[in-house]
Amino acid sequence: MSGIPHDHYEPKSGSEKWLHRRLPIVGLIYDTIMIPTPKNLNWMWIWGVVLFFALVLQIVTGIVLAMHYVPHADMAFASVEHIMRNVNGGHFLRYLHANGASLFFIAVYLHIFRGLYYGSYKSPREVTWIIGILIYLAMMATAFMGYVLPWGQMSFWGATVITGLFGAIPWVGDALLTWLQGGPAVGNPTLTRFFSLHYLLPFVILGLSIVHVWAFHSTGNNNPTGVEVRRASKEEAEKDTLPFWPYFVIKDLFALGVVLIAFFAVVGFMPNYLGHPDNYVMADPLVTPTHIVPEWYFLPFYAILRAFDGDVWLVILTDWLTFGVVDAKFFGVIAMFGSIIVMALVPWLDTSNVRSGRYRPMFKVAFWIFVVDFFVLMWAGAMPAEGIYPTIALIGSAVWFAYFLIVLPVLGVIEKPLPQPETIEEDFNAHYGDGAATGTATSPAE
Amino acid sequence: MLMKRTIAALTALTIGAGGALAAESEGHVTDYKFPFEGVFGKYDQAQLQRGLQVYTEICAACHGLIYVPFRALSEPGGPSLSDDAMREYAASFEVFDEEIDDFRPAKPTDHYPAGTYPGAPDLSLMAKSRAGFHGPAGTGLNQLFKGIGGPEYITSYLLAFTDETKDEAGTIYYRNPVFSTGWSAMPPQLYGDDVEYADGTPATAEQAAKDVAAFLMWTAEPKLMARKEAGFISVMFLTVLTVLLYLTNKRLWAPYKPKKEI
Repeated sequence: MSGIPHDHYEPKSGSEKWLHRRLPIVGLIYDTIMIPTPKNLNWMWIWGVVLFFALVLQIVTGIVLAMHYVPHADMAFASVEHIMRNVNGGHFLRYLHANGASLFFIAVYLHIFRGLYYGSYKSPREVTWIIGILIYLAMMATAFMGYVLPWGQMSFWGATVITGLFGAIPWVGDALLTWLQGGPAVGNPTLTRFFSLHYLLPFVILGLSIVHVWAFHSTGNNNPTGVEVRRASKEEAEKDTLPFWPYFVIKDLFALGVVLIAFFAVVGFMPNYLGHPDNYVMADPLVTPTHIVPEWYFLPFYAILRAFDGDVWLVILTDWLTFGVVDAKFFGVIAMFGSIIVMALVPWLDTSNVRSGRYRPMFKVAFWIFVVDFFVLMWAGAMPAEGIYPTIALIGSAVWFAYFLIVLPVLGVIEKPLPQPETIEEDFNAHYGDGAATGTATSPAE
Repeated sequence: MLMKRTIAALTALTIGAGGALAAESEGHVTDYKFPFEGVFGKYDQAQLQRGLQVYTEICAACHGLIYVPFRALSEPGGPSLSDDAMREYAASFEVFDEEIDDFRPAKPTDHYPAGTYPGAPDLSLMAKSRAGFHGPAGTGLNQLFKGIGGPEYITSYLLAFTDETKDEAGTIYYRNPVFSTGWSAMPPQLYGDDVEYADGTPATAEQAAKDVAAFLMWTAEPKLMARKEAGFISVMFLTVLTVLLYLTNKRLWAPYKPKKEI
């Protein structure tokens, strides 16, 4: 499967050969976990394993929660309280599941930022990147629908706001909105379809994740230098790599342990910090909360959605040019989805030949501004849309789009990159000394 | 480097964004201390029993606790009434039974009845559905140090009434600077010595407010103690596992990562 030459599975005993001729599944597993992995991977390469754990955690806890949950507008809220009070261990399961979504998104954002910094999206890994973005979109849909299920105030009004976005689409909007909500407003039909889809989508994510892994196992991992593994021969490749098992499995499990300590501390000691108090009030279509705020992981995009109100000249101009088809509301929706689409297109927007940001001095500055921008947008998204905040959100949105549409294309042309190491081995030895080359430890001079 | 900076930034902001609802109330929520706060915090059984008394004698006149079954009063991690006391207490409430189409004394498996007064909210989850602390500019950082502040909010609210009232379309509203709109439909309830505690604790208004807030925290989060215990055990075991994994990882990579010669 891998393009990097390495040893393959050889069935030895009679029964192994018997199975291998009929179904080479052991070989598939062997080749997958023995993939030659660049030995210079740093600690930002651990989030994939954290994400895999988060997906399994969400599926396992979710399946158990679904055994006790009742997807009905009159009973959903009470059934969640039933889980919290009467189901054995139910309170812990539900807090694991609710905070598991936050773990999932922290990990995915760090994973995405790592990819953006080290140019993991660049040729030949564009397909891995695109599938990753699809997984991220599916995660957002799953998390959003999951948040609706407890049928609290924020569930209901969040669902009203987000489904309402689709109503902004010209001509088909109203019909689409009714189709999504299953009626004239968010209600029981919305809840039941969201429950059904919330159960389905994680398995779509699982499938996409397998393809995601398959894709980067075909190209090999990127690494902090962005320099490709030498693959002329197995011997050469082995100078740059170590097998995934056991070297990276153990490393990743250690990192996962550290992450899980923090995660279980949150679940055990402050499980409601990342939630919203209003969601402990049962949904009431007649009472609108003062501030409708999505979960933290949606805030940057929520800020972009709200940034383009009717006072922005670009919005006014677009409205006028399109004869009112693209009004302020629809513009916001386009901007929000556009902010993710430009991220999906980054393999073609980034014109630099140098893969890793480590050797790109100007890119580094732009990247960190982009990271700060992400947090500014997150903060602005949590603020009420009044006073100075819409302006901050607008500037933040402009920076977001400028990074992808202007900075990355231009930098590739004007930037003078630093010298890159010839090989991964060279980079690794620069860190750990020449004894590292052969894998035989030299005793340190004392 | 990249990781450290990103993690630091992410943690700062994720925690911040969570509590990002801004309360309009100008009133100050006092950071009262409760025994159930912190990693090792536990409910004070005596306080929950006093709070139960305040709830029963005062709040229950209008409010309900529809998610709380009477049996929970004698379960571990709560007021821990004796089984007989709980049954006797339950029987003092009348619940509607559909089978006999009439009211009857409540059994342990019944839940508290809903509130009888129109507009009086159910109190089961009140302590989790209100946030007392938000932090500067809605960043929610205060929550990190003080907690979300539901019980603190309830205590402060109960004690914040002034003597002012206003009449709006025939409804009397009572001035309460802690309440979100500044005017509460509920009249002040606690003046001091409103109940006579069985355990002899002086029933000042503040004492009663704190006790009933603690009781309402329990009704909102009855498994708090079990949760903290499970969390603590998880963290301990994970720490041991992680240390072992660290040592394994170090040893595994040692041949490839000799120490740099100085």
